[in-house]
Amino acid sequence: MLILTCPYCGIRCDETELAPGGEAHLRRFGPGSSDDELEDYLFMRANPKGVHFERWRHAYGCGKWFHAARNTVTLEVYGTYPAQVHGPPQEIRDVISAKVPGWRWKDES
Amino acid sequence: MGHYSALAVAREAFRDHRGWQRAWKSPEPRRRYDVVIVGAGGHGLATAYHLGRNHGITNVAILEKGWLGGGNTGRNTTIIRSNYLQDASAAIYEKARALYETLSQDLNYNVMFSPRGVMMLAQTEHEVRGYRRTAHANALQGVETEFIEPGRVKELCPIIEVRGPRYPVLGALWQPRGGTARHDAVAWGYARRCSEMGMDIIQKCEVTGIRTSGGEVKGVVTTRGDVDCGKLGIVVAGHSGHLAEMAGFRLPVESVALQALVSEPVKPCMDVVVMANTVHGYMSQSDKGEMVIGGGADGFVNYTQRGSFSHIEETVRALVETFPMISRLKMLRHWGGIVDMTGDRSPILSRTPVGNLFINCGWGTGGFKAIPGSGWGFAELMAKGESPLCAAFGLDRFREGRFIDESVAAGVAH
Repeated sequence: MLILTCPYCGIRCDETELAPGGEAHLRRFGPGSSDDELEDYLFMRANPKGVHFERWRHAYGCGKWFHAARNTVTLEVYGTYPAQVHGPPQEIRDVISAKVPGWRWKDES
Repeated sequence: MGHYSALAVAREAFRDHRGWQRAWKSPEPRRRYDVVIVGAGGHGLATAYHLGRNHGITNVAILEKGWLGGGNTGRNTTIIRSNYLQDASAAIYEKARALYETLSQDLNYNVMFSPRGVMMLAQTEHEVRGYRRTAHANALQGVETEFIEPGRVKELCPIIEVRGPRYPVLGALWQPRGGTARHDAVAWGYARRCSEMGMDIIQKCEVTGIRTSGGEVKGVVTTRGDVDCGKLGIVVAGHSGHLAEMAGFRLPVESVALQALVSEPVKPCMDVVVMANTVHGYMSQSDKGEMVIGGGADGFVNYTQRGSFSHIEETVRALVETFPMISRLKMLRHWGGIVDMTGDRSPILSRTPVGNLFINCGWGTGGFKAIPGSGWGFAELMAKGESPLCAAFGLDRFREGRFIDESVAAGVAH
């Protein structure tokens, strides 16, 4: 059973209280973008064995969208954070870096 | 390896069964093969088998990180049906179902195919219309199905409560030649035949890297050394994304857990397979008497091969309404498998951006039923570069908008 803490209302929710929303931090492409960009945005998904970022909605609670940083192999949760960001905040990155040596956020060179 | 027959059983009975041989060899990997298949589950082994049988390619290795048939092949609910809406799906699933009919004879291994009939319950008006449409589509596709009324449902499966208060049974899509088979035996039967043809089945051999040069695949790096290959087929279900990443391309696939459970064995009470897609549950009775129960998949990426109590509750709650007699059954075992879901809920059997590298994945929650057809088509694709069965299932269908949308057509359970 997956348990995530809603960053808005602070409630620890199990997965039945939440609605999964797929990969987080996708870059949107719309009219004017190339076929490759559109295909990538619409269909291609990161499907990592390890650190993963997802969107979730506290469906049977406050109803708000938030983000979760999670490990897909161990089900360890590194933290949750509000939805209004383009990438994980520094404190979440620090938590993951400390636990998963060699991990880095995809936009960091 | 010897031919299995009643005579062989009798002969062995007279000599304390000392004459049986191992069903397949476990050799050390060689340096090079014409074709390497990653994944010794049903689909991978069926591909290898048809490469040998249909195309004469036997210099083949099948690499498996765990043990043979230990992934989703050994974790499914063994249902076989082909009552799909779209033509491309009906073609490949019906090919598979037809091959299952004679698979025991073809493999000389009893896969216990039991065409007991599969019934998909219509429990809402929407489903009634949907299944009537599917029955008409199937008639045009040459797949034998019919829409049956509640009275006939009750006759075929007396333990169903057709007048349930919340979800009454309004009819069903009935496929009389659908059914079940023994899942392990399918993998073992294929493995035995592949080994007989001189192919190498190498277990406990994990692929950790894919070597390419000039845009073409050259070989794989494994925990048991490097293996060169002319062509590479990736048939690893839930781990497809991981291997695609090694080869440097992405897939429109997400891996999620799908779970199932079986009850304690009881006396025979149900001789058909029943799927109830509105309430997320399906059930059949195994030959041992256990009720085999499956439910919906998770909605998030998960590689743990574990289930969750919330899904057990959801599935069992739904089924108890439709089958009141199971309310006091004890559940014996519960497990999860990692399935690879595509956006249109149809598989991918395709070339890839890397030359000579082929991928067979995306079977999602319904791969077992497709094993022989998938092997037939994918072997043809690997051997000849194209296959009529696989043509519609290319990776480029997403970019081109040619979806084979079964997520709407097939409901949830697949």
